[in-house]
Amino acid sequence: MNASGLNGVMQQTAALYEKSHVYLNNFKSWVQLDSSNLSDGQQLAVKYFIVAVILFFAQILFGMLAAIQFIVPGFLYEILDFSVNRMIHINAMIVWMLYGFIGCVYWFLEDESGTEIVGLKLGNIAFWVLTGAVTLVVLVYLLVQIGPGKDSSIWLINEGREYIEAPRWADIGIVVVMLIFFYNVVATFSKGKWSGIAGVLTLDLVALAGLYVAGMFYMTNITHDQYWWWWVIHLWVEATWEVLVGVIMAWSLMKLLGVRRKIIQTWLYIEVALMFGSGILGLGHHYFWIGTPEYWLTIGGFFSALEPIPLVAMVVHAVYDSGTHAFKNGNHPALAWIIAQAFGNFFGAGVWGFMHTLPQINMYTHGTQWSASHGHLAFFGAYATINIAFFYLAIQHWRGDVWMGGGSQNAWRWKWALGLLNGGVLGMTIALLIAGYEQSFIERAVEGSTWGGYFSAQNHPSFQNAMGWRLFFGGITFAGFILLVWDLLTIGKGETRKAPEIIES
Amino acid sequence: MNGTPLWALESFWKKTAIWVTAGSFLILVVLTMDSLSKTSAGSKRVPAYTVINKKIDYQYNKELHKFMPIIGENEFLFGKEYTEEEARQLVDLGKKTTQAKNCMNCHTLLGNGAYYAPDLTKAWLDKGWVSKEMREGMMVKFLMDPENNARTFGSNRKMPNLDITEQEAKGIIAFLKWMSSIDTNGFPYNFKTINAEE
Repeated sequence: MNASGLNGVMQQTAALYEKSHVYLNNFKSWVQLDSSNLSDGQQLAVKYFIVAVILFFAQILFGMLAAIQFIVPGFLYEILDFSVNRMIHINAMIVWMLYGFIGCVYWFLEDESGTEIVGLKLGNIAFWVLTGAVTLVVLVYLLVQIGPGKDSSIWLINEGREYIEAPRWADIGIVVVMLIFFYNVVATFSKGKWSGIAGVLTLDLVALAGLYVAGMFYMTNITHDQYWWWWVIHLWVEATWEVLVGVIMAWSLMKLLGVRRKIIQTWLYIEVALMFGSGILGLGHHYFWIGTPEYWLTIGGFFSALEPIPLVAMVVHAVYDSGTHAFKNGNHPALAWIIAQAFGNFFGAGVWGFMHTLPQINMYTHGTQWSASHGHLAFFGAYATINIAFFYLAIQHWRGDVWMGGGSQNAWRWKWALGLLNGGVLGMTIALLIAGYEQSFIERAVEGSTWGGYFSAQNHPSFQNAMGWRLFFGGITFAGFILLVWDLLTIGKGETRKAPEIIES
Repeated sequence: MNGTPLWALESFWKKTAIWVTAGSFLILVVLTMDSLSKTSAGSKRVPAYTVINKKIDYQYNKELHKFMPIIGENEFLFGKEYTEEEARQLVDLGKKTTQAKNCMNCHTLLGNGAYYAPDLTKAWLDKGWVSKEMREGMMVKFLMDPENNARTFGSNRKMPNLDITEQEAKGIIAFLKWMSSIDTNGFPYNFKTINAEE
């Protein structure tokens, strides 16, 4: 390239930079958020929340593309194949939820410990490193997609293992970032004060970070491969994540409703006992058919059948506490999403999981859209909801603790967003359940899971109709998301009334 | 009695939570060690990689009330008998290729993965390969050029071209043949293999 060409490119880049700067400033003056309302830890937390919302968008977008491909198989063929869309769909989900959780913890860390975050600078660096890494991983997923059957592909492009596809270099980065996060949590509580919530959180984070390492090895033996793979996936989403959510929920209920700490922490310990008591050995329900010994049929069936119990306890906890405080709270959207979490977690993870967890049934439902049905309602109900509740808590504080109770302006937005998102996900769940039933009968029970059987189930009108409805409800979910973002950006703008003070009672 | 009963004490539940968690985890660790030793390649449940030199079938066992893999006499893959090391290398290449090509985000393996394409657990034994004589050739051709050898069963869903080399295709086939010999506790149920009489 000659000098004038280079000059031109540089000028264009500078112009583009300036233009985006103008847009950003216009946006900032439109949202009117005053960051001086936030503590240092909270400023770090909202960074995580912003990336979480962007990834939430990516999750829905790529989910919709994959949903279209079920109906129009030629759509984006050999450009963005189903495998790519589906991978980004589930990876964006895992990562946005983790961003949300990390944000939640940074949000309440100073309040709970009574002191400033010890390694704030390090925490900020970790945020940018993680966000840069996530961006690079997604770009490689989109542009490179696959590699030859060599170690280099697994290290640099794609590990090819559902949910933890991130290449090995990124795995190492994720562990480093999690260690920094963990250091911040422990060091801050050590400097300030420990509490029951702090203790449970710390032990849970040890398990959460440690388990990820179990998924970082290549194995030729697929039985061993899937054995450790489930250690990560199951012990994350059906054990450590649930406890993490219990911690976040506990703190939120104290702040929102003024529930007494003693009650909250006793409940938290009960939930931990029930959750880990059922969830750790409940791992066995993934070991029915991967080559592992038969005793897992008994152990996995029994303990995973107990997994809904802590989720019932969480519903009781949330509803009872709200009732005894006569639903008096300073943030209606946040409380509504917390109640949605309690029920969504119970139905999605509990009921939908229980429905196909016994080996006698799972023999026919394993590897069908049943799992997708369960996955949609469980991830949304258990984890998306609590993060959204926290986004509302954060935005309220960011606006200077403004009124978000009854009679708020434009309250229809958060109510409709709540309705559309929950209705959309529930609609997809039911559609996928019907598809799963049909597959279990036709592909599994009648035709014995051959390729011919698989396709006769896929071509069946019941299945095709279900896929149509799934796409429709995906659209409803997408509409709910757009409304949610609009509401989060505008709620409380121009509100002059202050939120009521909630005191512990 | 005036004090708080034991079952409502914060300290009681704290101790319970710790003991239950530690106990469950300890049991899991013991079971993990046992399971890993019972499923290493060359064990009863997960055959050695040299199983690719043998005939594999999958039949209902009346005594056990479940479908079981059956390993028969010699039936070489690509007309060659592989040594232990050669077999391991070939299966390893296949396994690595299935990861590098992201197979699991369309297919299921041992029933785990995505649901856009058929399960691969017993793909080696599937009747879709018409006859045992045609199977190997069809599989290589399909893997290397899935677009022009598409097997859509009327669904219009085609596997994309994944730049699979001939050696990688052979590796994948060896991996699939080996995987079909794993004892999966009778999953999938009622599967009629390519060996079964009509």
